[in-house]
Amino acid sequence: MSTLTVTPLPALQPRSRFGVIAWVCSVFLVVIVVGALLAPMLAPYAPDEIDFDNIWSSPNAAHWLGTDQLGRDLLSRALFGARDSLLGPVLLLLLATVAGLAIGTLAAWKGGWVDTLLARITDVMFAFPGILFVVLVIAVLGQGAATTIVALALAYTPVIAKYTRSLVLAEMVRPYVDAYRLQGVSPTSIAVRFVVPNIAPSMVGYLVVLFGDALMSLATLSYLGFGSQPPSSEWGLMVQEGQSAVIQGYFWPVFVPGALIALVVVAVNVVGVKISDRMNARMR
Amino acid sequence: MTSLIIRRVGGMLLTLFIASMVIFFALQAAPGDPVTNIIGDPEKVTPERIAAVRAEFGLDRPVLVQYFVWLGGVFSGDWGTSFHYAQPVSTLVWSRLPVTLGLVLFASIIFIVVGVLLGLAAALRRGRRTDAAVTATTTLLSSLPSFVIGLILVYVLGVNLRWFPVAGLGEGFFSQVWHLTLPAISLALGALAVIARVTRQSSIEQLDADHVEAARGYGLARPAVIRRHVLRNAWGPIITMAAIVVASLLAGTVVIESVFGLSGIGTLLVNGINTQDFPVVQAVLMFMVVAYMVTTTVVDLLQNLLDPRLRVRRTA
Repeated sequence: MSTLTVTPLPALQPRSRFGVIAWVCSVFLVVIVVGALLAPMLAPYAPDEIDFDNIWSSPNAAHWLGTDQLGRDLLSRALFGARDSLLGPVLLLLLATVAGLAIGTLAAWKGGWVDTLLARITDVMFAFPGILFVVLVIAVLGQGAATTIVALALAYTPVIAKYTRSLVLAEMVRPYVDAYRLQGVSPTSIAVRFVVPNIAPSMVGYLVVLFGDALMSLATLSYLGFGSQPPSSEWGLMVQEGQSAVIQGYFWPVFVPGALIALVVVAVNVVGVKISDRMNARMR
Repeated sequence: MTSLIIRRVGGMLLTLFIASMVIFFALQAAPGDPVTNIIGDPEKVTPERIAAVRAEFGLDRPVLVQYFVWLGGVFSGDWGTSFHYAQPVSTLVWSRLPVTLGLVLFASIIFIVVGVLLGLAAALRRGRRTDAAVTATTTLLSSLPSFVIGLILVYVLGVNLRWFPVAGLGEGFFSQVWHLTLPAISLALGALAVIARVTRQSSIEQLDADHVEAARGYGLARPAVIRRHVLRNAWGPIITMAAIVVASLLAGTVVIESVFGLSGIGTLLVNGINTQDFPVVQAVLMFMVVAYMVTTTVVDLLQNLLDPRLRVRRTA
């Protein structure tokens, strides 16, 4: 028995160090979310306040993060932009999760043509490399924040459905499902009331990691001019507008939103992996 | 094996056929009439002019006929006429393809060489600081959006240090390589993590294998063991993954070409969407999907072809 008390220690050490990083990341994310929520109170300027006397200024006392090509305050723009940049991924994952959970559970539970159809649809979608499927949907629906969110939700739905399907399939062979079935609980009821809540912990970590991915995709689409349109200060759009400044030798207009996108994605990934680990450990 | 090839290729053709329908009919459903875009000047929009333009681009025929005409054209190399440039789409694509393929090729060389070296280094120093550093760095790089990496490189190496040009494509081979260096690096960095991970995993499997132990026992020098016994057997999964990543880099050029103002098929696609130039959008999307699907299917088949041999070797 002594091995049981000795062995966890070396395994715990890297874990607790990783915990510190995960902590820092969580705090950073909370700060960003609070900043986005309280943007009107925290921002020193209006996000669209033009000041031609102060274009492309470096960080100083008046403008903590500098200004862009129209003299707009980058800190204020970043704070307001956080709303579009964070709300977009939340909305699209919400849409995709609801649809994906329903389709994935149905495919695993019923099998048959629903399962085949899901497999065919994912086959065709995965035939488009990278973000090209989303680009096609945008070509059809037109540009704009709303259409990019819908397009990305469409792209993420089969991904989530496939993951749900694998989780539900693993869950269905567990004894409690048969137990409820014997008690006469209807299959729909078992699926909704017992199976979905049981796969939720595994879902959460996966969704957090997907959030980082979705944020990056959304920013990329905005950068290409497909997503949020001016005067929004969505971070990807801010990078696009700052691009001309970089060639002129001013890097703050790109660095501020670019660093924010990168830091949030990294932080979300770290926290997501940590949550998945925790949930899996608890399940065991 | 033959039946497997037939099954895989058949499946690929079916998927491509459905993808072609998705691409074509989705764009048909797009709101707005391309004809008014083609004519441009609102004053010239008369019923006669609309009818003439429709006939010119074959838009007066039933949609299903248009689809099969287009699909037939995909095979014969006639990809329609661009609404925006008033040129054959094939001319546009072929003239811009070298830039895109050059970019993908350059980026592939970078990520494969650097990724394999990093993965190998991590495998040889498994569990030590190098291993952790490689994993952390490559994972971090894959979390950064490629357009942000690109613009940071432009600022540091292009604008400040003036080592590289910031946009466009030069004249002559060496100038073009020099112009494509920053775009290729930006494209390659995100792909490092995958290839380093696969190399590490695959090399570790071989390092633990008996035949490597035996080679060491014979007193072979470490570099020779790595080259002749570890790498030679580890290549399979590395090549498979590299090919899949190379194929998906094609989509990544859409973003990178925009960052560096390169006129490849990526920017052709973006401009096509912005100007509702659907023949161009259809052609570029179809081209990329076909290239991606053919590459992944071929790699998949090759892997199956090589796998039994590898399995025999591992158990022997």
